[in-house]
Amino acid sequence: MLEKKIAGYSDEISVAPGERIRFMVSCEAGVDRYQADIVRLISGDRQPGGPGYRDELLPTSVSGEYHGRTQETYCGSYAIVPHGPAFAGLADLGLQAAIFPTLPSLRRACVIAKMDVEAGRGFALWTDPAQGLVLQLGDGAGGVQEFALGRPLVAREWYLVSATYDSAVGEVRLHQELLNSYARDESSGAATHTSAATAAVSCEAPLLIAAASRGEARGKPVGEMIFNGRIERPVVASRVLDAGDIEALRHGPVAPNLRSDICAAWDFGQAFETDDIIDISPNRAHGRLVNLPIRAVRGSNWTGDELSFHHAPDQYAAIHFLDDSLYDCEWEPDFELEIPADTPSGLYAARLRSGDQEDHITFVVRPPRELSERADAGDRATASLALLIPTASYMAYGNARGAIEVGNELLANHLTVISPEMRYLNRHPDYGNSMYDDHNDGTGVCYSSRLRPLINIRPTHPWLWQLSADMHIVEWLESQDIAFDVITDEDMHQDGVALLERYSCVMTCSHPEYYSTPMWDALHAFTQRGGRLMYMGGNGFYWRVAYRDDKPGAMEMRRTEDGSRSWASEPGEYYMAFTGEYGGLWWRAGRTPQSLVGNGFIAQGFDHSSYFRRTADSRDPRAAFIFEGVDDEIIGDFGLIGGGAAGLELDSASRAYGTPPHALVVATSEQHTDAYIRVNEDIGHMLLSIGGQDDPGVHADVVFFETPRGGAVFSTGSIGWSSALFHNDHDNNISRITRNVLNRFLDPTPLA
Amino acid sequence: MPSQYPIDPSRTDLAHEFMANPMGPHSAALQRIVTRMRDTEAAGRYVLVTRVPYQEWGLAQLSGKRGVDLTMIEDQVFTSIEDAERAVFKLRWELITGVPLALD
Repeated sequence: MLEKKIAGYSDEISVAPGERIRFMVSCEAGVDRYQADIVRLISGDRQPGGPGYRDELLPTSVSGEYHGRTQETYCGSYAIVPHGPAFAGLADLGLQAAIFPTLPSLRRACVIAKMDVEAGRGFALWTDPAQGLVLQLGDGAGGVQEFALGRPLVAREWYLVSATYDSAVGEVRLHQELLNSYARDESSGAATHTSAATAAVSCEAPLLIAAASRGEARGKPVGEMIFNGRIERPVVASRVLDAGDIEALRHGPVAPNLRSDICAAWDFGQAFETDDIIDISPNRAHGRLVNLPIRAVRGSNWTGDELSFHHAPDQYAAIHFLDDSLYDCEWEPDFELEIPADTPSGLYAARLRSGDQEDHITFVVRPPRELSERADAGDRATASLALLIPTASYMAYGNARGAIEVGNELLANHLTVISPEMRYLNRHPDYGNSMYDDHNDGTGVCYSSRLRPLINIRPTHPWLWQLSADMHIVEWLESQDIAFDVITDEDMHQDGVALLERYSCVMTCSHPEYYSTPMWDALHAFTQRGGRLMYMGGNGFYWRVAYRDDKPGAMEMRRTEDGSRSWASEPGEYYMAFTGEYGGLWWRAGRTPQSLVGNGFIAQGFDHSSYFRRTADSRDPRAAFIFEGVDDEIIGDFGLIGGGAAGLELDSASRAYGTPPHALVVATSEQHTDAYIRVNEDIGHMLLSIGGQDDPGVHADVVFFETPRGGAVFSTGSIGWSSALFHNDHDNNISRITRNVLNRFLDPTPLA
Repeated sequence: MPSQYPIDPSRTDLAHEFMANPMGPHSAALQRIVTRMRDTEAAGRYVLVTRVPYQEWGLAQLSGKRGVDLTMIEDQVFTSIEDAERAVFKLRWELITGVPLALD
């Protein structure tokens, strides 16, 4: 049985001619060598009856055989504070924090550590499954002394914890106090121990929060024994702290009488939009976060009166650390490419092959950043059409683990098929999760990154979703002999509408679900300034996401209020740390998909796709160009996903949700199965009649409308649309309609 | 807790319907049974495993735990998804009703 053993990623997702891109590859045992080539991707779907895989070799310096090696990934989030004068000469010690452990019974986990294990110098504060709080102190002779409180902690509760060491009398005090009030609480308590020998508390190792160090790699300490849960206001003091000190240090500034004795007190309620943790003591011993722990989360003192971290940062001074979060694999590059100057814009991949092994590290060659570089193209881009690759949505779905962890049988109404790629992903929890998964501690995944292998974002992935489904559009454009540039969400986010305005027409892919504010603004402005938009999918423009300029390849999203979703954000955690924007459905921020493209997500199902029927609106002279040469009443009763063009996720028009009043609904789908169910945000009371057979709202609408200055929008309303383009060697009504619209949208004559 | 919808083992007419068209769509009465069967715990859930892409599948049970591989059921190999659906339907019918599914 085929077992996948090779995967990689690139440092960039979209590069212009002349720019460089690096590729990182990891091979498992048995793959000693592999062949790498750069190819332009033409087609991907290998299912029987599908177009198959096709590519075109781009001759580059990359082509050649490479040595296969296994590259380590260090997942898990923590903070690093370099050693400095703040921590010099420690003899006595005071430690404290508020903690909210989410997996206290899993294994020992480190809250804060500054330990030189070899020398036996330093300190570390742990949570232990059986003992609760544990303090380790170096013995100065290569060992540690350990002191335990002796009461296990309860999961998902806030505790105030502290540990002190008094060198004069050799006394260790431990304290953990549940901040909630429960009858029969047995988890709160204190313990006093006497040290056998004078402890060696001072060392020059870096300080870690939420992890212990397993040594240096790639220029920084690697965390292990990572704490799952929230930590708030950790403090390191150079003297024993009493109960009054501890209470005073929990929130607010460091009081004048404590300033001389505080090594550091980190206020996580500052610099939310960065990786910085801020020490508010006079020492300013700031630190840096690794692997994107969750910021802008509720602290121990959250009252519920404020729902935004902007309004009460002191109530959001906690960070949620996770043992499986990941920003950047930081692998060594295997090869690098400078995009040759004359490379046409397109969808490309580094194709890796070794025996029966294969991987495609997919990237985009965008058009030149400066149009003058291509004088032969005049003032325009290299083509009149741009295909917009939804890299934000690729990142949201990248490494989705649902199929192999729980099976998606009820969603699909069929047995789940596990591919070698899915088993490979399951062998690699270290590659991180998709935004559809939970972290190990049950917390929903609200950050993603493309600086890691995204196993299902591949042109040939057997689950036809995102890139693998979008290959149907690429294959169709190739078959039509239409010149097109390829641009990405990230290009649009960075360049704004100016990038889109190079083109007469912008075409989306099958499921552009995740949008940042700059992306939404750019696309909307394009439609308002005479641009033509072909929305070739379903459930687009649904969730709001955020990028951070200083964190390339990372993305944030919160699943707030409602929406079709696999997890929900905690109350009070609906604002995104990256930008401070309100997260969740764009609808809840006053921007509906219907107002942008005329239709919006209404229902989903994954067993059988259906078809569209033409409407009276389709006879309107304004829509005549759409149906030129199409006599059929039934549209798209065929397709490579579920057997129809109306399938998977469906969008319908709605005046109430903002469909422009002059929009034409030119076709509507019907006869969806009961596995198709209306989205929850559009359901008031739950009724028995929610399936496709009973609920007439469960349908997709194909919408056309003109926009100001001669522009227009055509929206297919269904993820399944593009899966029908290939049918009958592209000679079918879906292909014909799509071509009709594209021809008209490339024609500069104003539409209205 | 799994679904509580009862499956009446005397309704072999519904089993016949499934065997004739395992990929559906199903009648409302059959879909209730199929939904009951598909609504199981993750650990132990039957899944198909690709042996030869688009040609041959094995039967396995999920571990229900991240990082823990599924367990192959060695003697169950299928050359069509339809046959795999039929086989799992039979397995689950007996598992839920306690009565082996006997069809002429």
